[in-house]
Amino acid sequence: MNATAPQLSAPHAPVVPRLRVTFPRVMTSEWIKLRSLRSSWYTLGAAVAAMVLLGALIGYTLGHRWSTFTPADHAASAALDGYQLAQLLIGVLGALFVTGEYATGMIRSTFAAVPQRLPVLGAKTAVFAGVSLLTMTVASLGAFFASQAFLSHYHHATSLTHQGVLRAVIGTGAYLTLIGLLGSALGWILRTTAGAIATLVGILLIVPVIFEAIGKSANGIAEYMPAKAGVSFITSVHASETLAPWTGLLVLCAWVTLAFVTAGYLVRRRDA
Amino acid sequence: MIEARGLTKRYGGTTAVDDLSFTVLPGVVTGFLGPNGAGKSTTMRMILGLDAPTAGKVTVNGRPYAEHRAPLREVGALLEARAVHTSRTAINHLRAMAATTGIGRRRVEEVIDLVGLREVANERAGRFSLGMGQRLGIASALLGDPRTLVLDEPANGLDPEGVRWIRNLLKELAAEGRTIFLSSHLMSEMALTAEQLIVIGRGKLISETSVAEVIASASTHTVRVRTPDDAALRDLLLQNGASVASSLPGRLEVTGMTSDEVGYSAAAAGLTLLELTPIEASLEDAFMAMTQNAVDYRTPAPATAGADASLERTAS
Repeated sequence: MNATAPQLSAPHAPVVPRLRVTFPRVMTSEWIKLRSLRSSWYTLGAAVAAMVLLGALIGYTLGHRWSTFTPADHAASAALDGYQLAQLLIGVLGALFVTGEYATGMIRSTFAAVPQRLPVLGAKTAVFAGVSLLTMTVASLGAFFASQAFLSHYHHATSLTHQGVLRAVIGTGAYLTLIGLLGSALGWILRTTAGAIATLVGILLIVPVIFEAIGKSANGIAEYMPAKAGVSFITSVHASETLAPWTGLLVLCAWVTLAFVTAGYLVRRRDA
Repeated sequence: MIEARGLTKRYGGTTAVDDLSFTVLPGVVTGFLGPNGAGKSTTMRMILGLDAPTAGKVTVNGRPYAEHRAPLREVGALLEARAVHTSRTAINHLRAMAATTGIGRRRVEEVIDLVGLREVANERAGRFSLGMGQRLGIASALLGDPRTLVLDEPANGLDPEGVRWIRNLLKELAAEGRTIFLSSHLMSEMALTAEQLIVIGRGKLISETSVAEVIASASTHTVRVRTPDDAALRDLLLQNGASVASSLPGRLEVTGMTSDEVGYSAAAAGLTLLELTPIEASLEDAFMAMTQNAVDYRTPAPATAGADASLERTAS
């Protein structure tokens, strides 16, 4: 054996061609990451609890004093008002799932394993969307049935088959998932937990207030803001000025897509 | 094999890495040496595709790192700053990393045992000491059983026991035929582990050499002589071809002659010697001399510390 011959006796394992990065594998990795953080379960649990408990409370109050409420309050989707709290929780979880990696430096390990980066963004989004859609739809159904349990006692019950009810109930799961995704995209863009959460809260709670302050002239635009557009999809009885339900959903989806396109562009370009 | 060609990284007005070209050969431990802020971490992040070079390129086993289909199998990396989610247990961290590449659970268990983290595998990484954190980082680097390891200051902040553990582990890994690229700002640490050396200062290549060469160049002997007849002895030694310096009256520092030769010459001339001490320059001195020059030609000495510190912050 001459001196320049490659060293073949090295004892490390032979290269296994099976071992390579694939998108399903990156999804598995992201699923392990999501489920191995206690905060994921606390936040999801809190969101589900908020939806169901508030649904029950609203059902009780509504049924108990039915005549004192307006027809808009009587809408089946009123029982889903817990979404106002749940959207903050799921939004925070969406943001944390991303910013937690930046805050701890984990993102460098992640990108070293998957240097193409976009599969990470895609897999994180898919895993989060799946988990969120499942749990938030369950939460929404739970809220609906909890409220119906009280309303039926007072003979004001409605059913999922009523006009717009199923859309509102299932839609609330979708709406909350989209808000969670918006939080996630903001996490990718801003990379800090505080920044992402503050921006999300601004979009969900402050932007509507600002448009309200501007008054009627801006209302046309106000309906196209993410929160308001999305809410039009999850209301079973419709006000005249709001967007049509499916238009509203489409507008919210467009916002989330825009956020992710921005995130994807930045994630590829920036140093980790 | 890692090849950098014209690698450059600028952050705003600061140049962290400046037209750096080097080759890390397979099968040996190559030390990446430079003072703090020299651009070592930035270079390593560019090797791993975490930072994009402003100019130039770097390849691992013939391709840019990001183009490998199983990067964890090509290169295992230990980055200087911890790169682990603090709320996740060690084992879940490793499982998540392994999953990306289809590396099985058995291998995860193997690396945990290999680095000696078995007892704390189910504890959250945020509670780990610095040494345990480094072990977890090394476990992570070894997951894919890679041919090449890139380790940024693996001994940094470790206690002596941890330093020895890392050193022995690296020697074992090198003995298995792996390429190891290891950064440090400590020459003494390098001398114990590395064969080849890439020395940088202020982002520029100072020297691509071997540890043996550095040792050879550092071994210019100086002989310290104390004598009441310093003027006479000085003339005598100069005539014999040595070079002589004097820091104090009655004291001479002689280079170019062994202590034996100085002693015999003095005796032959009837000169009294009070002390005759051979002094060997340390590797640390050789390293300091090498990098000092690189630092000096660009920045006045008093500003160096501050500039280094700020560069390190930008770079990390």
